[in-house]
Amino acid sequence: MSIKIFVPRDSAALALGADAVAQAILAEASRRNMDVKLVRNGSRGMLWLEPLVEVQTAKGRVTYGSVSPADVSALFDADFLHGGKHALGLGLTEELAYLKKQERLTFARVGITDPLSLDDYLAHDGYQGLRNALSMQAADIVQQVTDSGLRGRGGAAFPTGIKWKTVLNAAAKQKYIVCNADEGDSGTFSDRMLMEGDPFVLIEGMTIAALAVGATQGYIYVRSEYPHSITVLNEAIGVARKAGYLGADILNSGKRFELEVRKAAGAYVCGEETAMLESLEGKRGIVRAKPPLPAIAGLFGQPTVINNVISLASVPIILARGVAFYKDYGMGRSRGTLPFQLAGNIKQGGLIEKAFGVTLRELMYDFGGGSASGRPIKAVQVGGPLGAYLPESQWDTPLDYEAYASLWAVLGHGGIVVHDDSADLAKLARYAMKFCAIESCGKCTPCRIGATRGVEVMDKIIAGQDGEGQVELLRDLCDTMLNGSMCAMGGMTPYPVLSALNHFPKDFGLVNSR
Amino acid sequence: MNPAHQAEQIAAILAAQQSRPGALLPILHDIQDAFGYIPPDSVAQISSALNLSRAEVHGVITFYHHFRTTPPARHTIQICCAEACQSMGAERLVEHAEKKLAGRKQGDCELQPVYCLGLCAISPAVMIDEELHARVTPEKFDALIKNIGLKNPGGKP
Repeated sequence: MSIKIFVPRDSAALALGADAVAQAILAEASRRNMDVKLVRNGSRGMLWLEPLVEVQTAKGRVTYGSVSPADVSALFDADFLHGGKHALGLGLTEELAYLKKQERLTFARVGITDPLSLDDYLAHDGYQGLRNALSMQAADIVQQVTDSGLRGRGGAAFPTGIKWKTVLNAAAKQKYIVCNADEGDSGTFSDRMLMEGDPFVLIEGMTIAALAVGATQGYIYVRSEYPHSITVLNEAIGVARKAGYLGADILNSGKRFELEVRKAAGAYVCGEETAMLESLEGKRGIVRAKPPLPAIAGLFGQPTVINNVISLASVPIILARGVAFYKDYGMGRSRGTLPFQLAGNIKQGGLIEKAFGVTLRELMYDFGGGSASGRPIKAVQVGGPLGAYLPESQWDTPLDYEAYASLWAVLGHGGIVVHDDSADLAKLARYAMKFCAIESCGKCTPCRIGATRGVEVMDKIIAGQDGEGQVELLRDLCDTMLNGSMCAMGGMTPYPVLSALNHFPKDFGLVNSR
Repeated sequence: MNPAHQAEQIAAILAAQQSRPGALLPILHDIQDAFGYIPPDSVAQISSALNLSRAEVHGVITFYHHFRTTPPARHTIQICCAEACQSMGAERLVEHAEKKLAGRKQGDCELQPVYCLGLCAISPAVMIDEELHARVTPEKFDALIKNIGLKNPGGKP
């Protein structure tokens, strides 16, 4: 019988040479006349160990990482096909602390299965949620999602069930499900890993959403910077359609749902839901005024559910295992889990799915092992480029939507970017403002003009020209952006800017300020 | 490119895509994939097929960073300049790359900043043509540049 070897096809593994490792393994196996079966799985999320190679042994899957093509011959010499000892060997994958300490619900299959094998998906509890949903009334599906406490994982944390209910109750011939996979926030990659590692769970989640609200057409709007995600999704949609999980008659239920991938074109603001709708309609990605809500008049003017990848991919397990199971994880009003993405200057960066309530310190030190540079960690940006910078005094606050709101910070999409003590927070704050100036869609004045003026004001502060006076001006400007912008682009840029200013005034040359 | 041939190829793309809802972005992607850029003289042809004004089509092309209206260099090198990559020395890498590429002949390589390739835990990240590279040090960058064009001598059109 052939021995199964796993070499990930995730973009992160590919960027570190996984294809060359896979080729070297096949070549070496053939040279030695050994019967191996290569599986290109998703990534386990221990990204510092990529390319991470696993071998299926009688005791379970055994890990070697990070493997370069030059290591392959020695791995064969060490009989790694039977879990043999080698300097790169890390033992049984399931026993690795980084994975063992996680609570993987949404990412349950990522890294374990072959992302494009429907059989693998089914063998690992796939499509159980859809089967349950098919036997339920639409309103009951919506109720389950509402009761689970699931909130939008894209960053806004709006209750998913309530959004669905609005669409369900809107009368229309055509409704849409739109998946926001324009994961533009720097420091985040969970959408990418999920799409590349378990595309069927997203397809299943969207199909359940369609049944719940009566939609027949879905779109996945994927950023152009993710070519591998687009390839995997398109292939998976083809497989699902062929097997009757998508199309005119889903599993002989008489229910119809079609799904299509649309490629974005590199505009950060299109991650904002109404700008994304404009883009899907073939227009410039300009933010719309709300109301009307997209749930009432969304894509092509029709009622539309818009959810992030992780929100939709969390639905199948709720429908499969029940509300109580999911709700049991988390704290306060933050129920379930969030796939945190540990990035930047960190020794062991990667994906950590944990229930809400874990702290930054636990993630950065227990999982991350401290900074990559070995220098002290100075500041952490949580929630993408529009998230606040947190100083050490805030690292013990539980990661929970409400707890973070009370710190004047956000969880966003769960991205955590670590900076060591060589970071200049004034420079990073200026970068945030500059980023807003570049990416603003231009619709509203506070964002379009405010960001440009903001960069000028910050340049003066950094150059030491009238520091206190300019700081006052900057605070006033941020107040206008925060309260007067139409969307989060201008509305949240003050978070990184003012948090940097408040917590790290020295970096701005303002020793005595606040 | 022969203008008649260009118009013919674009007509084929339009015919295949124009009935889709919200067809403009898929059409622009297909044109850029075929030519490497969106030829400015194709705007009239696109707008008439979609019953849009030329201003609307021009507006869409220029709104999105991904679309370009001039032919690309033989090789496109994108260096991520977002926060996670900054925390691991992306700025130094950009400076190094600028110096390194200054000596190459015109039209050979084009350096572009990009804001997040989704490889934030293994920074700094670089995309050369369609290939991703992570944990790119100046030394690794030099090695990548050395090989550029050898694997794919013609590069993009």
